[in-house]
Amino acid sequence: MSISKVVSGVEEACSGVEDGMTLMLGGFGLCGIPENCIEQLVKLGVKEVTCISNNAGIDGFGLGKLLSGHQIRKMISSYVGENEEFERQMLSGELEVDLIPQGSLAERCRAGGAGIPAFYTPAGYGTEVAEGKEVREFNGKPHILESALTADFAFVKAWKGDVAGNLIFKATARNFNPMMAMAGKITIAEVEELVPVGELDPNEIHTPGIFVQRIFQGLSFEKRIEQRTVRPLNSPS
Amino acid sequence: MLDKNGIATRIAQEVRDGWYVNLGIGIPTLVANHIQKGMEVEFQSENGILGMGPFPIEGSEDADLINAGKQTITAMPGAVYFDSATSFAMIRGRHVQLTVLGAMEVSSNGDIANWKIPGKMVKGMGGAMDLVASADNIVVAMMHTNRAGESKLLPTCSLPLTGVGCVKRVVTNLAVLDIKDGAFHLIERAPGVSVQEIIDATAGELIVPSDVPEMTL
Repeated sequence: MSISKVVSGVEEACSGVEDGMTLMLGGFGLCGIPENCIEQLVKLGVKEVTCISNNAGIDGFGLGKLLSGHQIRKMISSYVGENEEFERQMLSGELEVDLIPQGSLAERCRAGGAGIPAFYTPAGYGTEVAEGKEVREFNGKPHILESALTADFAFVKAWKGDVAGNLIFKATARNFNPMMAMAGKITIAEVEELVPVGELDPNEIHTPGIFVQRIFQGLSFEKRIEQRTVRPLNSPS
Repeated sequence: MLDKNGIATRIAQEVRDGWYVNLGIGIPTLVANHIQKGMEVEFQSENGILGMGPFPIEGSEDADLINAGKQTITAMPGAVYFDSATSFAMIRGRHVQLTVLGAMEVSSNGDIANWKIPGKMVKGMGGAMDLVASADNIVVAMMHTNRAGESKLLPTCSLPLTGVGCVKRVVTNLAVLDIKDGAFHLIERAPGVSVQEIIDATAGELIVPSDVPEMTL
């Protein structure tokens, strides 16, 4: 028998999130972000949270909503452009920001979920990122020691999910979601389509349900596009 | 002197058949438009796609399908999607043969700065630090001078670094330069640009051979 992870909706899914917690949020830019849970975090009004997310949303959407309500104490990200309120809070010192290389961020989340406390990487050697970190040479090349990341809650967004919490992502909306699902003490998956067990092909599942504690079908997904780039009809490919 | 498309056209000549290539945001993105016909090349975008295609036809944009610049894109036949850890395994593990990225400054020992101007602009490094730390072939695409007319090819970078001793080749609006033994080496000049103009616009040590061919584009 499979173990059901289904909760009634976003309210039940986000129960237990408290001030001061560390939260992981999947997504790259606005692609593959847990929109429903972010709305709920705004409603709950949790404060002083640390958010681990590749980006910080844009003004008024995604994590930008939590920023405008001054709910975030610290951001751990790799790229935070395109957000004026973020920049204002960072430069004024209201918001603590830890910028880390994107590959190191992904691997630190993966390591956190995989029981690896730390690893060496060449990324960031000789830069500000390496300050205070152990340096060690492997094969004649310097590497820095990066530690694993975990979170009290991880919020991920998937295309399809089943009752057992197995997840399938769509296109580049996968990004950080699988690693963050692994690294959350409690991982909440919001999906576009929730199906009974047996409907997803076990060969096609990206994130096994063992990494997911709560799952629900999101009520709506705006899926805002950050940079709409197109070519005219009849143009060569 | 080259415009942005000219720089991209010249960099496209660096691409070899059978290569996986990561293109950064800005001028590097344009390189995809100038790849020699018939060449088998796949573009990787670090947010999780190999086999990136052109922008979608108007009306068929998919919010779930973007590149690292957050632009809507398409996927070529044979494309594959993956998570961010797998994406950087490709990059860190040296499975990607060429990385093209922009820079604010490059130094004559191959250091690069492109992610932060203290007190003014802090957008973050994104994937740039992982890319420059691991790629065997890094080509920097940039203007030779900044908006104030100051050289971006320096003895040492003044801005916070993205990577150390990693850049091997720089293609600017004025020239192609290689970096080795702590100096810039002038390889080619852009059409209509004199060697003296390049010397004047380069602050770092520049080695000029007796004959500097003009680029063929």
